Amino acid sequence: MATATNSPETKGRAASAGRPVPPGPWRDRLHRLDLKASPFLYIAPFFVLFAAFGLFPLAFTAWVSMHDWSLLSDEQVFVGADNYTALLTDPYFWNALGNTVSILALSTVPQLLAALLLAHLLTMRLRGQTFFRMGMLLPNVASVVAVAVIFSQLFGRDFGLINWVLESLGAGRIDWQTGRASSHAAIAVMVAWKWTGYNTLIYLAAMQAVPKDVYEAAHLDGASRLQQLFRITVPMIRPTIVFTVIVSTIYGLQIFAEPQLFGGAGPNGVTGGASRQFQTLTLYLYEHAFNRGFQFGYASAVAWTMFAVIVLIALLNYLFIRRIRSDS
Amino acid sequence: MTRKPFRTALAAGTAAVLVAAGAACSSNDDDGTVTLTVGLFGDFGFGPLYEEYMEANPDIVIDERISEFADHHTSLTTHLATGAGAADIEAVEVGYISQYTASPERFHNLFDLGAGELEDQWLDWKWQQALSADGEALIGLGTDVGGMAMCYRTDLFEAAGLPVERDEVSALWADSWRDYVDVGHRYLEATGGAYYFESSGNMFRAMVEQAEQGVYDREDNIIVESNPAIGEAWDLTVEAIDAGMSNGLEAWTPEWNASFSEGTFATIICPAWMTGYIETNAPDAAGLWDVAAVPGGAGNMGGSHLVLPAQGEHAEEAYAFIEWLTAPEQQLKVFEETGNFPSTPELYEDSALTDLTKPFFNDAPVGAIFTDAARSVQPQYQGPLQGDVLATLGQGLGRIEDGSQSPDDAWAQVMNDLESF
Repeated sequence: MATATNSPETKGRAASAGRPVPPGPWRDRLHRLDLKASPFLYIAPFFVLFAAFGLFPLAFTAWVSMHDWSLLSDEQVFVGADNYTALLTDPYFWNALGNTVSILALSTVPQLLAALLLAHLLTMRLRGQTFFRMGMLLPNVASVVAVAVIFSQLFGRDFGLINWVLESLGAGRIDWQTGRASSHAAIAVMVAWKWTGYNTLIYLAAMQAVPKDVYEAAHLDGASRLQQLFRITVPMIRPTIVFTVIVSTIYGLQIFAEPQLFGGAGPNGVTGGASRQFQTLTLYLYEHAFNRGFQFGYASAVAWTMFAVIVLIALLNYLFIRRIRSDS
Repeated sequence: MTRKPFRTALAAGTAAVLVAAGAACSSNDDDGTVTLTVGLFGDFGFGPLYEEYMEANPDIVIDERISEFADHHTSLTTHLATGAGAADIEAVEVGYISQYTASPERFHNLFDLGAGELEDQWLDWKWQQALSADGEALIGLGTDVGGMAMCYRTDLFEAAGLPVERDEVSALWADSWRDYVDVGHRYLEATGGAYYFESSGNMFRAMVEQAEQGVYDREDNIIVESNPAIGEAWDLTVEAIDAGMSNGLEAWTPEWNASFSEGTFATIICPAWMTGYIETNAPDAAGLWDVAAVPGGAGNMGGSHLVLPAQGEHAEEAYAFIEWLTAPEQQLKVFEETGNFPSTPELYEDSALTDLTKPFFNDAPVGAIFTDAARSVQPQYQGPLQGDVLATLGQGLGRIEDGSQSPDDAWAQVMNDLESF
């Protein structure tokens, strides 16, 4: 920045020294404009793209959500808040919200705890350290669709590997899809499998920034490995934990591909099972936006309500996680 | 002075990004050839025909895109609404066709392209399914029809002490679905509770498709509650579920695919196109499956049309191609390749079709069986959300099947769901 703004000035001075005539007002104004406007121009690409692909769709969705707006008809009637009241009185919406929160809790809590423990293990001196660290990221590289398809087969009722193992261990088969709790567990496993390694690496990076002498002091005082983890590491990497909790929450509340593929290619993939037992909010949105009627107005109302729900839950999580320091 | 090129480059780069982001993609054929895109759900068996057509018409290039059944119609509707993205030629399944004939302006009117004189080529009802309500516009040409039959496992029937010969099996349930369910009771008793069919939704749908009136009346009202045929079909299906006849598989899931080769159920309703699925999904079960007549008379289940979205630029070339592709000679080749049954009655006299047998199905005379089925179909009126209404009913049966609801509760929820349509 400094060189960019300095250079025209020095150049201008050099020019005026070489010539007796002072620079014209046009040239002068151009220089001042360059000083003032250039920085904005440099950062403009991001903001222009953000306005076009972020802000505008957001605002337009709000506008659409106040209309009876079907993709199949050319007529759009303004209905005010009708879509929102219809949404809030639809039991299927509350069902989807409950499912989403349940899947979120089932996937995020074990996932982050496991990530913390794995990261702690990876800080220790291990043979083949780089191998383990890189291996952590492998599940995250796989595409969501591939993960969901493979896990849906593993959780199959009749020919699934998991049921086969359960049966050979003497436990009964489980119809994973039909039950509410079992289907949530299956979906949570898919999410956790994909994201645990990713969070582990983030924690690992944060842990390596914790000064070694703190641990040495704790070690001399006789603190065990586990005590060191919860008394020293966790409080010291708190900002990172806050970050992962919020990011996982935002991701977890928008889960779509896993339940959609788990339900199969028929109508159950749209409603999240015949009893809507694993329909998430995004799936509910998809049902209304891209199925019968193509009700974009209603679906936009779902999108904005989801936005509010995500902000609310992320905020609650933040307030909750902030308490870590006061506990220590 | 040295920084100027850098700044120019930066400005140019920024501009390029913005232009690229804003520009729409368009396909030009500068070398004089025309590329026709074809959007299908699943493999229609058109592959060899593309080759043949491109060889005869060197200026045409055909580009096929295949998507999943459910995704296909969703994205087609989106593309029609937004006016971009649809293929030049799109397949539409019969459950969705009336949704599209309701807005014929979004398609090229095939009457303007010369389809009028071809009317006699197709089954009357197949032709009418693609007509707009006022009869002024034709949006598609028929490919296959899904005249129904019943596929059954000979080995499982034999083990249960039931007849194995296909004519005797047809005679078992020649009169009605009531007989079919009674045979089911016998099968359960003999086998100690093996599954009789794969999914109750399929059985229910077959019964509904055979009724004089389906889920819609001609004024496009949903008549699920008032139509006695639907109530009877529901009750009989519930009886079969309660007895434990259903394997509870949902169509098009991996479990469903696997069950064909495992042989977990004894019968499945077989529209012509289903024979192809069975062959692909259970390659090891050759000779174990056979084809009998469907209970309760004839009915149609499935079948498709090829339509030309109005946004396509090459209407004439595309029309010429689908006219060729849906002509009897080509439909016969598709049938031989996949089992999708022709919708052009002139073939029904043709021994190349009627004498066709399939080794996989114990040399069953599938040509003759499906010809009889297609001939005796009484067309049923299909409403705009036909596919969705049937799916809602099917899910209700699914909830009974998996034990999460009683039949009464499931019916009540179906009625409730249908009110929002």
